[in-house]
Amino acid sequence: MKKSKKFNSERLMVLVLAMASAISILTTVGILFSILFQAIEFFQLKSFWYFITGTEWSPGQMDSRFGALPIFAGTFMITIIALTIAIPAGIGSAIYMSEYASPRWRNILKPLLEVLAGIPTVVYGFFAALTIAPAIVSFAELLGLDAAYNSALACGLVMGVMIIPVISSLSDDVLRAVPDSQRNASLALGMTHSETIRHIVVPSAMPGIISASLLGLSKAIGETMIVVMAAGLRPNLSWNPLEDMTTVTVRIVDALVGDHAFDSPDTLSAFSLGLVLFVITLILNMISLAQIRKFKTRYKISSL
Amino acid sequence: MKSSARQTTPVKIKIAGLNLWYGDNHAVKGIDMAIPANRITALIGPSGCGKSSFLRCINRMNDLIDHVRIDGQVIVDGKNIYDNDVDEIAVRKRIGMVFQQPNPFPKSIYENITYAPLKHGQVRKGRESDALVEASLSSAGLWNEVKDKLHSPGTSLSGGQQQRLCIARAIAVSPDIILMDEPSSALDPISTEKIESLMLELRENYTIVIVTHNMQQAHRTADYTAYFHLGELVEYDETKKLFMNPGQQLTEDYITGRFG
Amino acid sequence: MNNHPFHDPGLKARHRSARLFKWYATASIALTLAFLCFFLFDMGRTAFPALWQTYVKVDVSYSEKTLRLTSKAIDRKYRKIVSRAWLRNIRRQVEVKPELMGHTLSQWVLADDQVDQYMKGHHYNLKVKQIAVVEALKVEGAIEMRWNNIFFARGDSKLPENAGLLSALIGSLLTLGVTMLVAFPLGVMTAVYLEEFARDNTLTRFIEVNINNLAAIPSILFGLLGLAVFINLFGLPRSSPLVGGLTLALMTLPIIIVSARAALRSVPDSIRQAGYGLGLTRVQIVQDHVLPLAMPGILTGSVIGVAQAMGETAPLIIIGMIAFIPDSPTSIVEAATVLPAQIFTWAGLPERAYVEKTAAGIVVILLILFLLNTIAVYLRKKYEIKC
Repeated sequence: MKKSKKFNSERLMVLVLAMASAISILTTVGILFSILFQAIEFFQLKSFWYFITGTEWSPGQMDSRFGALPIFAGTFMITIIALTIAIPAGIGSAIYMSEYASPRWRNILKPLLEVLAGIPTVVYGFFAALTIAPAIVSFAELLGLDAAYNSALACGLVMGVMIIPVISSLSDDVLRAVPDSQRNASLALGMTHSETIRHIVVPSAMPGIISASLLGLSKAIGETMIVVMAAGLRPNLSWNPLEDMTTVTVRIVDALVGDHAFDSPDTLSAFSLGLVLFVITLILNMISLAQIRKFKTRYKISSL
Repeated sequence: MKSSARQTTPVKIKIAGLNLWYGDNHAVKGIDMAIPANRITALIGPSGCGKSSFLRCINRMNDLIDHVRIDGQVIVDGKNIYDNDVDEIAVRKRIGMVFQQPNPFPKSIYENITYAPLKHGQVRKGRESDALVEASLSSAGLWNEVKDKLHSPGTSLSGGQQQRLCIARAIAVSPDIILMDEPSSALDPISTEKIESLMLELRENYTIVIVTHNMQQAHRTADYTAYFHLGELVEYDETKKLFMNPGQQLTEDYITGRFG
Repeated sequence: MNNHPFHDPGLKARHRSARLFKWYATASIALTLAFLCFFLFDMGRTAFPALWQTYVKVDVSYSEKTLRLTSKAIDRKYRKIVSRAWLRNIRRQVEVKPELMGHTLSQWVLADDQVDQYMKGHHYNLKVKQIAVVEALKVEGAIEMRWNNIFFARGDSKLPENAGLLSALIGSLLTLGVTMLVAFPLGVMTAVYLEEFARDNTLTRFIEVNINNLAAIPSILFGLLGLAVFINLFGLPRSSPLVGGLTLALMTLPIIIVSARAALRSVPDSIRQAGYGLGLTRVQIVQDHVLPLAMPGILTGSVIGVAQAMGETAPLIIIGMIAFIPDSPTSIVEAATVLPAQIFTWAGLPERAYVEKTAAGIVVILLILFLLNTIAVYLRKKYEIKC
């Protein structure tokens, strides 16, 4: 009798544990549905087609229009600027740490990059608005150009620096996971150190580097505080990075911080933008995970 | 303490007073040795005796390791490769190396062969490199096995085939000397046999130095054998003489299996 | 001399490109770290003046008239010099010390933020007449800079000279308390389930993929979840540490799960085998033997999780934790703000005096994060020695 009681409490315990792990699924489902339902409500009020292709975003008016194209364009612009900084610098840093730095130096550099990764984004946002943006305005003036105080360039630059450690950390892990026998083989053929890195090590680690870059891209698209503090509110369809632009996340915050009724299209528009954000980042994460799996199976690595 | 081998062929590599330290660890101690051209010279000895470190001095692979200090001379074709005006890249181009674990690049068989010669500007893409691939793979006795799948990945081959691919890859750069660091210790007996007969063929055109744990292998393949112990060269002689009639007690103990 | 067998003029160009490549890698990391240095220096430089606040010595008269209209307590000419926040406090002073009534005392009082900015050499907004008054006080030695106690002892204020971090600090503490109370047990339980009990089937793999995904979902979307589910569906109070904590808990969960799983995996299997040998059940083995061994690793991950949650702002803005909170919250259902949200609020205010406060707030948050990471490193070190 005693034994079966023990057995039952055992099963109960496992059941409780299983339920706890269901929370993570519930969270994803919760995010998806809380966004999806409100977004559907929004699209019952406003045209989905215009949302995707329209160029005028004018909430809070009698005849408010919700064309998100300029918002997507702004997000795209700032993301591109950020990645132009972050991908080369992130990969370069990773190469330095994994291939050139002595173990002692690496032990110093890696924590320093982690400091950069640990800085809250609100801090980056303040720095972008207080220091970088005015510097860009002055610099543009020197060149005879006109820059806005909330230019896409300022946000993009700071966001790029924020993403460097995201890319460098994972890339460094992946580069170091490339077996030394590969490096030796290339060096013994009379290749220089840098040729070995460029032609052998980096191509081998490429799936991991792609994964890291996609993760950086996803981070850039979803980043909120930097753009809320340093980017504009004005939906602006332009190619000039010195102009102010707005992003998906900025408009989500703007729509939800104001005092609108919860079921007004103004508020609901935040969820439709959120849906776009969710779908895009989900796809990016999926590709990123698939890439890293490819790398792991290539070298039969279980950690990372 | 050593008896020098009676050389009947010209000397390819002359080593004089070679020392190597890993930090404070004196791993290779004052080696003097003359390695003949177009012969197979085997380096044997117990683990940690410095034979692999010594081998890696011959193509300056030790340059890449931190805290390594080397002094002495390695004279190849009359030039000390540690002279200031010698580029270690040029050294490794002329002195190829095959490693213990087969390490083909994660590229196709074709690209494994052509990678270095293309970068060195030794061949051009197209007909020249096609010819090089066929020649190298044929020399390594692999051509007939892989000629129909040159563009499948090098890693898809069996272990023994991978090692022969690595030999073909080393040959493709047209070195004079090939260093082999226990090239068959990770392979099965049949693959080992193929590697050994390949070595005997390659002797025609290359000077081969091989490190091996396997005394039978040294006995079967090498013209000369050197016995290393604790970083020192104990004995160096013609293989037949060294195995039949070792001049040193240490050598005899090792080859009769008293330790190892 | 160059005719030795290893002479190869073709290598020159290749060595040049090799140097160029190394230069690129070095420059990448050097520029990144240069940015970090510049950033830290810039923040420190901006934050430094906030450590001091200007005080002036003026006559204050306590009378019935003063209590009615506190600005009458001081000479007219000091009206823009003395902080309004200090004057407002006169009534309470009298409540505490009634014997003050009827006296006029010369005492040090908090100066207005514009005077403070003037003294610090920043951009200020004072009339010529007021500058003359300040200069006169200077000559008398009746103006000085003191250690800025207010910044650490008070809550937010509409008057920069009276604004402090305390309410935000307490808000952060309450919020993170809720976060850890929820995320730690849930995270550890999930990790134990996945590592020790779950079979390797489709469902388990789905949970794993899901956790990996959750870690990469933009934080603002968690805010949308908090708004739609915790506030609108469950009716929990907006702006409260409860809702904020729950939202952050869901974000912290993946970090804790991943680190806890790694810690559990590093416990040698021999421990489990030994337990079976003694006839213990799986639950007993995990509870009494595996978990205690994995605990330092789990704690390390949790501290890192707290550090991440500590700096998170976007989801908390969505659920309204950017309200103006002058008084520290005393429960988890009151409206509250958190440190990064306070920084965000101050950063958006037009008064120049808030700039240094924002930077000082940032320095405080960075110091706390540094402390948390040091704890994590310490735990990790201790753990490494043990295994």
